[in-house]
Amino acid sequence: MKMLVPIKRVLDYNVKPRIKADGAGVELTNVKMSMNPFDEIAVEEAIRLKEKGLATEVVVVSVGEVKAQETLRTALAMGADRAILVTSDRKVEPLGVAKVLRAIVDEEQPQLVILGKQAIDDDNSQTGQMLAGLLGWGQATSASHVELAGDCVTVTREIDGGLETDRYCLPAIITADLRLNEPRYASLPNIMKAKSKPLAQRSADDFGLDLSPRLETLRVVEPPARASGVKVADVDELVMKLHAMGVAK
Amino acid sequence: MKTLVWVEHDGNSVKDATLSAVTAASKLGDVHLLLVGQDVQGVAQEAAGIFGVDKVHMADDAAYAHQLVENVAPLVVQLMASHDAFVAPATTGGKAIAPRVAALLDVMQISDILSVEAQDTFTRPIYAGNAIATVRSSDVKKVVTVRTTAFEKAPREGGSGAVEAVPTSGDKGLSSFIGQEIAASNRPELTSARVIVAGGRALGSGEKFAELIEPLADRLGAGVGASRAAVDAGYVPNDSQVGQTGKIVAPEVYVAVGISGAIQHLAGMKDSKIIVAINKDEDAPIFQVADLGLVGDLFEIVPELTRKL
Ligand SMILES: Cc1cc2nc3c(=O)[nH]c(=O)nc-3n(C[C@H](O)[C@H](O)[C@H](O)COP(=O)(O)OP(=O)(O)OC[C@H]3O[C@@H](n4cnc5c(N)ncnc54)[C@H](O)[C@@H]3O)c2cc1C
Repeated sequence: MKMLVPIKRVLDYNVKPRIKADGAGVELTNVKMSMNPFDEIAVEEAIRLKEKGLATEVVVVSVGEVKAQETLRTALAMGADRAILVTSDRKVEPLGVAKVLRAIVDEEQPQLVILGKQAIDDDNSQTGQMLAGLLGWGQATSASHVELAGDCVTVTREIDGGLETDRYCLPAIITADLRLNEPRYASLPNIMKAKSKPLAQRSADDFGLDLSPRLETLRVVEPPARASGVKVADVDELVMKLHAMGVAK
Repeated sequence: MKTLVWVEHDGNSVKDATLSAVTAASKLGDVHLLLVGQDVQGVAQEAAGIFGVDKVHMADDAAYAHQLVENVAPLVVQLMASHDAFVAPATTGGKAIAPRVAALLDVMQISDILSVEAQDTFTRPIYAGNAIATVRSSDVKKVVTVRTTAFEKAPREGGSGAVEAVPTSGDKGLSSFIGQEIAASNRPELTSARVIVAGGRALGSGEKFAELIEPLADRLGAGVGASRAAVDAGYVPNDSQVGQTGKIVAPEVYVAVGISGAIQHLAGMKDSKIIVAINKDEDAPIFQVADLGLVGDLFEIVPELTRKL
């Protein structure tokens, strides 16, 4: 059984985003970029399923700029078998990415596609559900536990009120939440080995799909700043201030 | 413009998140609701009474008992033939259904909107709320999810919408419901609580969390929240997590106890009206957003505070 894991290169989660002076977006030159943390979890889950003997091959794919090669190499160093990079000079929105992924799924015929539940740059949380819709597959969103048996996958999902468990027929889509697993670090020997794993490069234009953006970003601004607060000396002062504000009279 | 609003409900009543989505939708045009479930006539009547609602499309079917998106999405797509915008609250339910519908309509969704600037223009947070983008959609139909803390709740009374049963599209056989573990609690739900007391990694254990945070929450009639670190360590269940990837809250008072204030946590609570922080590190980033900060050991401060309040 083959598994496909789409991954995205994003601003590292430890870096504080800086807005460009012209308000066109967030500064992405000369800053640390990494694999979207949720995608790392997705890669890890696929590798674990393979290690358990439940899957045969893990293929990672990224749609984006040429530099996403580095991100794919990271996934290969973690243990993925091969990679596909679909390059595009223009930003491709989740809807476009989902269309490209559907084309890749048609070619590769995976039984399971595992994605991160959201990318921490645009915070859209769309690609997995869109791909599931286009393919007409089941979608297990926000997975915190995955059990694969036969032609079904049983997934525990994080929902607003707690947890929900659902069963899906394969092929299916899973989107990974934070508590699904803790991704491994790639060891040095594996990083070396990853350099010789296959990485195919293709152009998004060659798919003959409508990838034109539907959203135009008019401007990007800082959120309203909070007025700076005060430090109180002790509990008594805190209680006094809280009472004055009408809290816990 | 005719909007179709996804009703979030628990089988008995309409959830508050729906009311915020109704307010957002009313800025776009007429408000029609879509209520999906099994034996939901009662909820449909309640929904029809929400202020500003023109019509409730009710899809009552065993296949919708657990609102599995695989079964529900085709129904929404069908109804979107006669509506111009699909509007869902950005809850885990809304976030699951909306993009699937968007893809089937060939529409690029606008997630988590903070405001409606025009019928095609919205603001939304990106990078964990560290930036706010204004985006304009060129799609003919719109699919949006709504950040519920950014819109007032529509009043539950005053509407007189008609309830109309819609033909259902049945079980697609892609998914089946196994079970739910809903954290039982007498406390207010985080997304609608007036006061929240949240604890972080510093509490050290589930026992300490319960021993310190709960009495304070009791005293304040508060909901209980947590940082990711506290949830990952198992002090409290996952539904307590506040942040970029947990719940987005904006209560009148948010008390952060032993939480450092990582950007991913701030993303979920920095729109609270009053933020109180208790932390032993005077340079903790949480103090940058706190209205009232107290530097010190929470194991001494919290019991004293609970006693004196
Ligand atoms: C992709 C991604 C998504 C994430 N999403 C979220 C999210 O949704 N929500 C979230 O919260 N986090 C999220 N995080 C994690 C986030 O980055 C932080 O790791 C987390 O918020 C830290 O939790 P904390 O503040 O409880 O722990 P810490 O950062 O360890 O802070 C503990 C604090 O307690 C203080 N302290 C220690 N002992 C005492 C004492 N005795 N008295 C008083 N103070 C004390 C310390 O000074 C410190 O400030 C995410 C991370 C990633 C990578």
